[in-house]
Amino acid sequence: MNAMLAIIRRDLLMVMRRKSEVLTALFFFVIVSSLFPLGIGPEPALLRKIAPGVLWVGALLATMLGLQRMFAADHSDGTLEQMAISPTPLVLLVTGKIVAHWLVSGLPLVLMAPVLGIQFDLDAGALGVLMVALLLGTPLLSLIGAIGAALTLGVRGGGVLLSLLVLPLYVPALIFGAGAVESHIAGLGAGGHLSLLAAILVMAAFFAPWAATAALRIALE
Amino acid sequence: MANRPAPGHFVTVLRFRVDYNQDSCLTLEGRNFYPVSASPPKFDFHFRFMLSAHGLTCVRGDRRLFAGLDLAVGAGQWLHVRGENGAGKTSLLRLLAGLSQPAAGDIRWSGQSIRDSDSTYRQNLLFFGHHGALKEDLTAMENLAFAAAMDGVAIEEVGALQALYRFGLKGREELPVRVLSAGQKRRVMLARLAIRKAKLWILDEPFTALDVKAVELLATLISEHVAGGGMAVLTSHQTMPIPGGRVVQL
Repeated sequence: MNAMLAIIRRDLLMVMRRKSEVLTALFFFVIVSSLFPLGIGPEPALLRKIAPGVLWVGALLATMLGLQRMFAADHSDGTLEQMAISPTPLVLLVTGKIVAHWLVSGLPLVLMAPVLGIQFDLDAGALGVLMVALLLGTPLLSLIGAIGAALTLGVRGGGVLLSLLVLPLYVPALIFGAGAVESHIAGLGAGGHLSLLAAILVMAAFFAPWAATAALRIALE
Repeated sequence: MANRPAPGHFVTVLRFRVDYNQDSCLTLEGRNFYPVSASPPKFDFHFRFMLSAHGLTCVRGDRRLFAGLDLAVGAGQWLHVRGENGAGKTSLLRLLAGLSQPAAGDIRWSGQSIRDSDSTYRQNLLFFGHHGALKEDLTAMENLAFAAAMDGVAIEEVGALQALYRFGLKGREELPVRVLSAGQKRRVMLARLAIRKAKLWILDEPFTALDVKAVELLATLISEHVAGGGMAVLTSHQTMPIPGGRVVQL
């Protein structure tokens, strides 16, 4: 457990030393989401309609940005070897890496989303649902992304492969995440979508670290 | 103890060392005499700490690097793995560290396959590969603290500082590792040897990029470790004057 906390602390410390990574993902999210209202024009009804989808796709692509680097640096400098032979089970350490990835590239998006939602004329209730949906959905993106990042570790041209591998798996998160906001706007209530999103998150939280660990062991061989 | 001899007598205590070779025979290593007045001697369970490999075969791609390799290291011994470039020294060390699986044969720690006694083995193991496992953006101290956390040991700042000073890194402990020279980076990595109490050291080319003084220091550290009942397996193209060593030629 201590080793897991140490990994989270170290990853955050390294991000603080080199801020570009966290800022890149965040600015990408902000800019992509801002381009849509500018391009489509000030038509509140249309903007409200596309808001959930645009914000979710923006968040999805923003978390993809840092994904490839999730294990790459640790792999190339030998830290991953040391993690694999640590007395602490590797799956715990991998979970630590995933948590750190979410804190760096998921949580800022959750906090930024309401500000961006205002551009799309979302009301306070819809903004709240958007935040909750992202709060449940972004950890899911990090968890699924970790499997892809581990599988493509050390593969040349792994970036493209990673997108091909991971983006289809993001589809359920996108559907239920965006669906929650849409159904709230339509007055149907977001409970169903959010419950399903939470259920997928629980399942991924249980299985994804194991899958990523198995993939990392193969990469280390 | 009911039938303990009266003070003044001597008892004979046998020290056993169990060699886990193929037929698992028991080897008697020697006997020591202890006066009864002294605290009752404990058995030296040296055999509890023992690395052995049986019939190891390593295959890389289509090439068979070595086959049917047997080796054993007990307390107070070290192995010098030698061979040409590409002979499979690093592959052997990675097998021994449990980082990859052999094509055939198995590796045992105190008689148990390392696949079964995974976490006990890893608690006793310290492995250094070609890469330093150092984070360039972190300072030497932060790197050591993180490595200690990975190893599951508590680290005190004083201990870490002492280790760094011993390796001649005084005044550089708060610098990011990326500004250090290649040799200094190696020294930061080697400072872990002084901190971590591991029974078995597996070192891949530990003398690379070190200057004469650091080579001497490292050799001293290894001989102290071995003399204290530790074990080491290392690759190097140099010959080393460390007692208790055997050579494995690949």
